[in-house]
Amino acid sequence: MAVAEAKREAAEARIADRPLPKGAKWADEARAAALARVRSMGLPGRRDEYWKFTNPATLVQAEPPAASVLETGESPVFGAVDRLKVVFVDGVFDPAQSDELAMEHIEIQRLSEAAGTDIHWARDLYGALETRGQTPVDRPLAALNTALAEDGVVIRATGRAPKPVSLIYLHKSDSSDAYLHHVIRVESGAELTVLENGPAAARFNKVMEVDVADGGTFHHVCAQGRDHERRSATHVFARLGEESVFKSFTLTVNGVMTRNECVIELTGDRAVTHVAGAAVGDGVFHQDDTVFVTHDAQDCESRQVFKKVLRNGAVGVFQGKILVKPDAQRTDGYQISQSLLLDEDSQFYAKPELEIYADDVQCSHGSTSGAIDEDLLFYLRARGVPRAEAQDMLVIAFLAEALEEIEDRTLADELLGRLEGWMARRRQG
Amino acid sequence: MLEIKNLHVKLEEEDKQIIKGVDLKLEPGKVHAIMGPNGSGKSTLSYVLSGREGYEVTDGTATFDGQDILDMDPEERAAAGLFLAFQYPVEIPGVGNMTFLRTALNAQRKARGDEEISSADFLKLVREKAKELEIGQEMLKRPVNVGFSGGEKKRNEILQMAVLEPRLCILDETDSGLDVDAMKLVADGVNRLRTENRSFLVITHYQRLLNHIVPDVVHIMADGRIVKTGGPELALEVEENGYGDILKEVA
Repeated sequence: MAVAEAKREAAEARIADRPLPKGAKWADEARAAALARVRSMGLPGRRDEYWKFTNPATLVQAEPPAASVLETGESPVFGAVDRLKVVFVDGVFDPAQSDELAMEHIEIQRLSEAAGTDIHWARDLYGALETRGQTPVDRPLAALNTALAEDGVVIRATGRAPKPVSLIYLHKSDSSDAYLHHVIRVESGAELTVLENGPAAARFNKVMEVDVADGGTFHHVCAQGRDHERRSATHVFARLGEESVFKSFTLTVNGVMTRNECVIELTGDRAVTHVAGAAVGDGVFHQDDTVFVTHDAQDCESRQVFKKVLRNGAVGVFQGKILVKPDAQRTDGYQISQSLLLDEDSQFYAKPELEIYADDVQCSHGSTSGAIDEDLLFYLRARGVPRAEAQDMLVIAFLAEALEEIEDRTLADELLGRLEGWMARRRQG
Repeated sequence: MLEIKNLHVKLEEEDKQIIKGVDLKLEPGKVHAIMGPNGSGKSTLSYVLSGREGYEVTDGTATFDGQDILDMDPEERAAAGLFLAFQYPVEIPGVGNMTFLRTALNAQRKARGDEEISSADFLKLVREKAKELEIGQEMLKRPVNVGFSGGEKKRNEILQMAVLEPRLCILDETDSGLDVDAMKLVADGVNRLRTENRSFLVITHYQRLLNHIVPDVVHIMADGRIVKTGGPELALEVEENGYGDILKEVA
């Protein structure tokens, strides 16, 4: 078949002359297996159903398109948060800018070190959740990452981490093509928050595998870099044990191409997961949230809240699925995706899906697209708020609902404050 | 203060004339009431004066302190001192009442070249005004008008008026949806704001609000025109006989 052949050719072109990183036997085997998956699936093409609304070409092509570095002169996001800093520059760990990799109740190590260790807890997880996530839908870019990523962190939380681990992705080179792969294990009853921010590279491919054991809690808050020309394909694979909690929020402002996939498996009863995102696009901007939540245990709760504000031809995509397996009784599933289109040139594509095999479930989904409410705008203006500022107030209010999914109010307020600042700066030209 | 001359207004999207030649002169410190049956053009007049989109002025002028307001943006009119208390105040989820008030006040001050108000002064100002209107902390914390009862929404309008201190207040059917107690609270709020420099245009269908906010002049509007002007007694006449007699008389 010509299509499959083209996809495999694209894979060969991408991996040609890219030797796999060397490590311990288990790591080499995991990478070789991942490479075999990439070869057999091929890389995504325009005709893949799963890429119907997002053209994967620039994420797939052998060399990344150039992306200039945005100098903002602003204080770093999460800069005021007490955190353990782990810095990567164009996808390479930078010990000089990072804190010492040590913290109470966690074990944290560079992936390259962990992968070179013969006996390591990460070996049961590296590529394992990614592999599980390949069914029922292929995610070749994630397999590519497992095969090629040299760097990243592996974190094991054994208790309540006293502060968040903050992964900082700096972008310095116009032509960098970075892969990072993080493996996180939250042990029974442990608690960990991971923050991410920054553009990372001209083109960034990131995988985060998160295994949350029974009663564990994991929070994830990510602010993607604002470099206009950057491209990112990210995957989060999570597996949740009994009564565990996994909450993830991503803010996307700018970036010419972003595909964020989140694949979550609820495997223990009474597990809870919330995935949320807020995206703000202006002009050449394509942002795609693709979420797949599988309920495979009873009495679990899942919630997806995605909001996008688009203008000047920006494009937003949401593909969200809730799959409820036959035994997942009393599932409570919720999904909402909304876009605010500030002009007639912008577009939002939404594909909400429910697939339910259990009979005692509560699942709802909704999707809306709309313009700014003129009545609200007039009300604000009639009180003296200038049009542009009034519009921004309504935009922030619209996005706030997604930001409310962040449990830590300090983190949510920081991101809201940033959004307000960026919008005010934009108004002032 | 406000001078309207020969104002003609049609709907922008339809060839439908709503206001067909209104003349009105409002002096500083005065309260004028505009009464009239449904569909007479009262609310349209308030929207046109405050700058709502969707209307086209086909003839005439409206000046505020000698300044043509019809070409101004709504926010410019507000900064100049014009305030419309809405008949149906909108709910704005996600925008806190206090944030909204403060943004509005500072935007107006900025437009007039004044400094922004300090947080402490602002809090003090709002607390004082809110107390008079029996608006509690809880209402101030909520998003603008979200989950407010009809009466609470109207009180919130008057709170905004008290904080923003406009010079010309247009009250569009502020009495609609209010019970007697709520109406008294709102009317007292308005009366507290009456000064020799501040004028009011009170639009209402019923006379009852005018028992509380006693007007200097009453206009009867019908079919896009002011058909009769008189003192407060004119409102009582409407109350007793309805609009029918007056309309017949001027027909």
